[in-house]
Parts: sequence; C-alpha cells; structure tokens
Amino acid sequence: MAEQIFHDHSSDLSYKAKWYAGRAAVYGILIFWTVVCLFPIYWTVTTSFKLAPNVMQGHMIPFVDFWPAWKGWDSLGLSPRLIGQDSTVREEFLKRFTNSAITSVSASVLAVVLGSLAAYGLSRFRYKFGFMRNPDISFFFLSQLILPPVVLALPFLVLYRSLDLLDTRIGLILLYTLTVLPIVIWIMRDQFQSIPVELEEAALVDGLSIWQAFLTIVMPIALPGMVAAFILSLVLTWNEYFFAALLTSTDAKTLPVMVASQTGSQGINWWAMAALSTAAIVPLIIIGVVLERFIIKGMAAGAVK
Amino acid sequence: MSQGDLLHVVTGDDIGERRRFIGKALVWGSFAVMVAAFAWCAMAQTGYLAWELANWRAALYAYLFWATCLCIAQVVLHGEQGKRTLFVLPATLFVVAMVVFPLIFALTLAFSNWNLSAFEGPRFNGFDNVRQMWTDPFYWNALKNMVYYTLAILVEYAIAFGLALIQASQIRARKFFRVAFLMPLMLSPVAVSWMVGKSMLEIRFGPISRLARWLGWDRPSFFGDPEIARLTIMIMDAWTFIPFMMIMLLAGLQAIPREVQEAARVDGASGWRSFWEVTFPLMLPVSLTAILIRIIFKLKLADIIINVTSGGPGGATDSVTSFIFREYRDRSNVGYGTLLAIVYLVLIVVAITVFMKAVDRWMNPRY
Repeated sequence: MAEQIFHDHSSDLSYKAKWYAGRAAVYGILIFWTVVCLFPIYWTVTTSFKLAPNVMQGHMIPFVDFWPAWKGWDSLGLSPRLIGQDSTVREEFLKRFTNSAITSVSASVLAVVLGSLAAYGLSRFRYKFGFMRNPDISFFFLSQLILPPVVLALPFLVLYRSLDLLDTRIGLILLYTLTVLPIVIWIMRDQFQSIPVELEEAALVDGLSIWQAFLTIVMPIALPGMVAAFILSLVLTWNEYFFAALLTSTDAKTLPVMVASQTGSQGINWWAMAALSTAAIVPLIIIGVVLERFIIKGMAAGAVK
Repeated sequence: MSQGDLLHVVTGDDIGERRRFIGKALVWGSFAVMVAAFAWCAMAQTGYLAWELANWRAALYAYLFWATCLCIAQVVLHGEQGKRTLFVLPATLFVVAMVVFPLIFALTLAFSNWNLSAFEGPRFNGFDNVRQMWTDPFYWNALKNMVYYTLAILVEYAIAFGLALIQASQIRARKFFRVAFLMPLMLSPVAVSWMVGKSMLEIRFGPISRLARWLGWDRPSFFGDPEIARLTIMIMDAWTFIPFMMIMLLAGLQAIPREVQEAARVDGASGWRSFWEVTFPLMLPVSLTAILIRIIFKLKLADIIINVTSGGPGGATDSVTSFIFREYRDRSNVGYGTLLAIVYLVLIVVAITVFMKAVDRWMNPRY
C-alpha cells in the first residue's frame, strides 16, 4: 500500500473531528474537576478580603466585583495595619500555630524513626518473639490502621488524666505518632524491600557493623521514601482534630481546634473565619505544591506491589 | 521464601556466663523496679500510703526505664543477634504501651459507669451498658449511617478511577492538574467544614446555594432534610478523599506495562473493551487495596460531621465516632462511650475479616 500523503479524505476528517471531540471532552472534565477542587480554596481566600455587603451580594472576583479590604485579617491581627502592634488575637493564633507545628513535626519525626527501624528489621531479618514471627509482627503493626481512633480516645482521656498528660503537647505527640506509625511502616517496608540486600552484604564484608551499614549505606538510599513518609504523616497530624478536641483545652490546643471553636461563635462574620481558615490551610497548600512529588510517592508506595 | 534471614551473617559471638547473668539481671531488675513503681502508685492513689501521689507519672517513667533496659539487655544477652532485635523492639514496645495496654484498660472501662465530671470514681455496673446500648436507637442509627457512608465509597471509586484514567492518558499540563487534584487532600477537615459546609452551602449567601437557586431549586437547604443532609456530608467527605484513591489508582495504572495495551489494540479491541477486559482486571489488586484503605479511613469519619451538622437533623448524619464524641461531650460518661467504641471495633474487625476473606476467595478461586 502506498504511503498516504493527504489526510483530507472524508474518513480521515471524520476521524479527526472525533479526535478533537474526545480531546475537548477530556480537557472539559479536567477543567471542571480543577474548578471543583480549587474553588473552595479560592472562595475562602477571597472571602477573607470581603466586607459584609460583598458577602451578602455574592461578589466573587476581587478588583472587579469588589475592592479587597483587610477587615478579616485585622480580626486576626495579621493585616499590614496591625502587624506592628500588640494583638491578643494574633498571639493566640500564633500559639495555636506553634502547637500544631511542634506536635505534628515531632510526631512525624518520631514515627519515621521508629517506623523505619522496624520496617528495616522486618524486611531483612527473621524474628521470633514468643509465638510471633515476621508476618505476625508485620500484621501486628499494620492492624493498627483498622483501629478507629474513637476506641482509644476515651481510655486515653482517663489514662492521660491520671498521668497528668492531659492538655500537654507530649501527650498529643505520643498519640499522633501512634496513629501514623502503621502508615510509615507500610511505606518504608516497601522502600527497604526494593533495596538489594547485596549492598549491605558488601558493606558487612568490608567490616561495617549492621547498624553502621544501615545508617551509612541503606538510609541515604531510602531517604526519599523517608521524606515521603514524613510528609504524609505531617499532613495527617497537622489536620488531626478528633484527639486534639478531646485531649486539649487551653495550653496544647492546636489550630484545627481553634478553627472549630470559632465556627459557631462568628455567625455571619465570614471575613474573620475565612482569614483564620486561610491561615490554617496555607502551610499545607505550600507543602502540597512544593512537595507534591513526595506525597504521591508515599501514597503510591503501598499500591503497587 | 527460605527460613533464614534475608541478610544472613555468621557471627562468632562468645557470650560468657557472666555476661548472660548481667543481661538477665538487667531485664528482671528493671522489671522489678517497674512492678514496684506500679504498686507504689496504686497504693498512693488509693490512700494506703501516708503521702499522696498526684499522678501515675512514676509508673510511666518506670515503664520507660524498663523498656530501655530491655533494649540494652538484648545486646548484652545475644550480641550481634540482639542488635538486630533492636530494630524492631522500640516500635513494638511503643505500640504495646500505646495500644495493647489502653485496650485492656478500655475493656474494664466498658463495663463500668464513670462520670468524669462527677467526684466519685468508676463503678462497676456489669452489663448495664450493654443493655443501654441495645435500646439506644441513636447508636443503631449511627451504625446504619456508617453502612451508607461506606457504600458511598463505590461512587468515589468510580470517579477516582475515571480521573486516574484521564491523568494517565496523554494530556498537557499534567503536573498542574495533578497538583490541583491533590489539593483537597491537604486541607484539614475542620477547615473544609467551615469553607464548604458553613459558608459555601450557607442558604442565603453561599455560592452553591446561589447556583442551586439559579438552577431552579427555589429554597435550597442542604442540611434540613435527613437524606439530603447525609448526601451533603458524603459529598464533602468524598471531595477530600477522592484524590487519595485517585493517586493510588494512578500509580497502579502507570505500573501496567504499555505492551499489554498495545497487544490488545493489535488484536482489535476497542477502547471500551480493552478497558474492561485488560485494564480493569489488571487493576483489581490495586483497586482492592485502595478501597480497603479508603474504607479504613471512612470508618474514622467524624471531623466534618462534628463541625457541620453535629449529627443533625435528628441523628441522620451521625457517624459512630461523632455520636460517641457527642455522647461524651454531653454526659461525660466514659464508660458507656467506651463500650460503644469497643462494639464498633469488634464489628469492624469482623466485617473487614469477612471482606478480606471474600476478596481472597474471589481472587484466588479454589476449584
């Protein structure tokens, strides 16, 4: 058959039209879903610059529909006008923000350290603790995923009360570590299994001890996986509300609890709530945009075996 | 797989009598210290000792001390072999302290009546809590809601699969769309419940209400009617978690070798058929993992419900977690709440075991 030079035969054209229609449909769906995903964020950010009439008249686009005002950010003490002055609201907000940052970062670090060690051990050695062998130990760790937080919540409330850990960051950190530990172990076990054992064998032959081999040879290779596990833990613990609402009251209250406690009291005072919500979600949006690669890597780790 | 270690090393450890003795002394000595600390705390709490101890901290420190000694003793007792145990031991001790112990404690708590705000301590009341649960219509209602919420996962799965397919195909600006689609997952449910539940769905000024009015729904109300309220909660939860399933499915799609698709096309399969007969079956294991994990996350659903509807109207949107949360908030009775939670856990474990067995039977049929 001769090579086709002209692509304007009617059958070709119909094919092309179909192709364009398919493309249009695909991009239509993509754009629609992007709007679905991003509109609430856009809405919240713009609402934080609105005034009461803008809210009630449903203005959408800044500088076109309405002129942005700093009122919402004033109420948080974070507007340019008030940033130099003392503000109790801002102090309160920053305190909650620090609490959230400290608890989520420490819990994630702790979970990644404990989880990576356990995952490495489980992927390399055979254990026998009583009747528990390797698959049993793995199951023991991973089965924590099934445990709904509500089962632990009330016992922990009572236990923390008697340990005087209620309303402390340490208490929250321990609990958060527990909630993300199975996920970390899951991701890391996958990571370590993909690293060939020969690497450590070579290192051991060269006279390193097993811990030295782990720290100097294996860990650098597994670092991207550890970062992925860390980021995923960070997202989960930063957003955690249930335990924080139950176990903290004044000192260790985290950002989600603050947001939740303001929701009821603000009424139609939307600009203030919007500013608070924006401030609460911005760190994670930045993490999501910058470190998207790691988050996807972390979540994909368990999916493909 | 073979029985030995994957990373097998022959070690020439020479552990003498003396070293063995030191190791054992370390374990049992610190264990005795821990028992003593527990006994001391218990006695001080109940008032047998002259001076009061404010809390159980001493017991906690004793546990930490014992855990440390146990780890050191592994190396003393078993040498190189012990250093390997050291990889898993810290995590195990942590989980035992944080899960196994509280669960045992929860079992005693579940059969007692303990109002935290009242002065008197726990009072054992046998099966009173069980009887109360049996006649509590709100609990059964919450369980029924959980079934509905879990069934909604199928719809989420279909949407996520569709989006993953589009993402895996040839598109421009792939990275932009991936980041955009990921965003809802990054937002905290509490913020979402204000952003969407309280402001966008607000009846008078919310943009979605405006849209609904423009589309011809005269008096939109998203939380008035039980069915619609439940549906709204489902949609909000789906919104945050569809990215999660989408990414897992996308990873699965990208792992399918391209040759398989090409072979199907060469054999003359249309797009639709090659999806149902090639892609979908190949994706089954990933799909089941994604659905299972999504179920596990769904069973924890509470934040949005607590913050948007607090269970209303009339408990129509309650999940078990949010119901127990409210039960504690309103009556501060930890005993009853714990029993409900434990029953929930048992139901979950049974359901998930059955689900996994069924899946296993279906995936690996025995003829």
